[in-house]
Amino acid sequence: MKTYSPSEEVDFVVIGSGAAGGVMARQLSQAGFSVVVLEQGGWGAFGHEQDYSKDELANRYPDPVDRLMSDPATQRNTFRRNASEKATAGGHNYGCVVGGGTVTYGASSWRHLPWEFNEASTFGTMAGTGIADWPISYEEIEPYYTMAEWELGISGERVDTPFMAPMSKPYPLPPQPIKSSGALFKLASAKLGLTVVPNVAAIITEPYKGRGACINCGMCSGYGCQTKARSSSAVALLPEAVATGRCEIRAHSYVREISVDRTGKVTGAIYFDKANNNREVFQKAKVVVLSANGTESPRLLLLSKSARFPDGLANSSGVVGKYLMSGNGGGASGLFDKPLNEYKGCVTGAAILDYVPNDVKGRGFYGGGRMTARGFTSPIAYGLNGVHGAPNWGVAYKNALVAQANRKMAIANFITQMPLETNRVDLDPEVKDAWGLAAMRITSTSHPNDIKAIEFFRDKSVEILKAAGAREIWADNINDSRGGAHSRGTCRMGNDPRTSVVNRFHRAHDVPNLFVVDGSSFVTGGRNHPTMTISALAFRAAEHLAAAAKTGNVKI
Amino acid sequence: MLRRTRVTSPPHDGGPGMSEDNRRQFLIQSMTGVSAAWLAASWPEIAAAAETSWGRSDGNWTQFAFFTPAQGAEVEAMAAQIFPTTDTPGAHEAQAIVFIDSALVTFAKDRQAVVVAGLEDLGRRAAAQGGRGFAGLNQQQQIALLTAIQTTPFFRAIRDLTIMGMFAAPQHGGNFGKVGWKLIGFDDSLNFHTPFGAYDV
Repeated sequence: MKTYSPSEEVDFVVIGSGAAGGVMARQLSQAGFSVVVLEQGGWGAFGHEQDYSKDELANRYPDPVDRLMSDPATQRNTFRRNASEKATAGGHNYGCVVGGGTVTYGASSWRHLPWEFNEASTFGTMAGTGIADWPISYEEIEPYYTMAEWELGISGERVDTPFMAPMSKPYPLPPQPIKSSGALFKLASAKLGLTVVPNVAAIITEPYKGRGACINCGMCSGYGCQTKARSSSAVALLPEAVATGRCEIRAHSYVREISVDRTGKVTGAIYFDKANNNREVFQKAKVVVLSANGTESPRLLLLSKSARFPDGLANSSGVVGKYLMSGNGGGASGLFDKPLNEYKGCVTGAAILDYVPNDVKGRGFYGGGRMTARGFTSPIAYGLNGVHGAPNWGVAYKNALVAQANRKMAIANFITQMPLETNRVDLDPEVKDAWGLAAMRITSTSHPNDIKAIEFFRDKSVEILKAAGAREIWADNINDSRGGAHSRGTCRMGNDPRTSVVNRFHRAHDVPNLFVVDGSSFVTGGRNHPTMTISALAFRAAEHLAAAAKTGNVKI
Repeated sequence: MLRRTRVTSPPHDGGPGMSEDNRRQFLIQSMTGVSAAWLAASWPEIAAAAETSWGRSDGNWTQFAFFTPAQGAEVEAMAAQIFPTTDTPGAHEAQAIVFIDSALVTFAKDRQAVVVAGLEDLGRRAAAQGGRGFAGLNQQQQIALLTAIQTTPFFRAIRDLTIMGMFAAPQHGGNFGKVGWKLIGFDDSLNFHTPFGAYDV
């Protein structure tokens, strides 16, 4: 791998190596530029296969060097429901390894639908919310969805339905098999007149670009992929960036500040170098691309205070960190007479799409959701918490555990969360992280509309399980979101510098050479499956940025 | 990866000196209450696992990493009530005690004080009932005592570790012969082909 000296001014520093950072690194280095990627996590399975097989305990209690996710004990964060509360210790975490969240995610790869880019003008706004149109249209981003699907390797079925976005090209790979939960979805949907499609996933089902197909091992979401079948940034993008000879990935590099000069241009990034006892290193760069995720990107901007930017970098609008959308979930579970064996194959199964669109009048709430079939609870988690309606130890516990094993189907819903100015990421005034930096503080309460949406999907889930023939059904509690890996919206994109952080090319309105490209750019959250849109945004941003950089002026 | 501080050993001598027949007899005896059908079906895996796990001569059941022998016997008795042996294997056959002991010097280190204090309390409660320790109580008394303490952090710690010892990968000490996984029908094969379950046939 090419290496650079920190004092050497590289063309781009990319902060983060996940769904967006991986794309930016690959596209910019392939376009001929020098790139340094700073990733706070370790190497993980960058570019290679790694044995994660069936070892749930090691996944639960990883050694620090083997961590794939951030650790709330070190990447400390706090949580409160509203500004009048004092925040207490939070459990928010995210992918933290070379490849970011794409190393462990469920890999669902749904496009936003065309109207999800202009919900305000299509459906109107709602008082007290920040619902607004994106500054880009579906037509503009469609080619980049296609590019992302083909470059990464996405499996799925192009179905002609208003519930899926129109595609200029089919998916490059056939969909994953329909599992028993999907078959039960179909059974119910035939009775209820609903639309079931296989999951669209960044998991290759046939050999693709030198990687082998998914072997249906089942230890999927939450684990690294041991066969490189999951099209993560770590196996599908970053190796190609490194192969250009122009991209260096620096793992264990935790950025604490993006630096600016007196003219307000960014000059590089200061990070803690873990390999050298957390020594501070300044990497000089012409342009900084911030792709640290929907919670860490705004936090880093807020941490990067200077005389010129006293409220945080790129924050003249005061919008940095606001409009956080982590998405809501919840659903129901049911027991069936025969074994589903959901532990085989990818965790996320088929989807019911009928409630994706808005139907404010019909349903009484704004937004929608995607319903997904699944059922697997890994053995330890199943033993600890998975048994339903029984004591938690002794003979009755054991009998229920054995009787219910492999017979559960769960419906997990991915539901809109409204953008609210009051839901935000900022800096905790008291708590510090393990590096002595102000901890991330999350403030979040869903709009009452969103609670209605959760209730709707919970009830629909029960109805579907009934129609599928479950002999016992129980609904999830209504749990309002508390952060998590799907967080987005916190550096929203817009044409007006007074109400948004980045412009339509992801450049910070306030800074000529700073780009923020990740889930934080979202204006509205879609149906809570953000990754494919993050990838497409990044491919689009990289193309514009590379073209501008070739002219010597990135102020686009 | 979890770091193991030492190799834990089985309760009895099942070492290389044993003949295959003796070993089989011994294993069967040690699995009181296990159905013959289950045992017959699972025999090859159990024997194979026993070969690697029990074939060591460097120690015996009293060599815990954390527990004293007396503590180990108490926790083993608790685990046997938490995940009992019925007509199928339980915590005893899974050797959950080996896992629990190991856990308390690795990822569950922070539970050590809770466990030690809890065991002292358990001993006092057992003595009040005239028992020589919890393990010396009869089944009914044991269940009643555990029910009385089931909301304590001590009980929760042993309960959770027992269950983890049933279902963690066998290299961590419990789930001996994959008995836990077999109970819940979890096949740890690396890859699978459709149909997966009864409904996608």
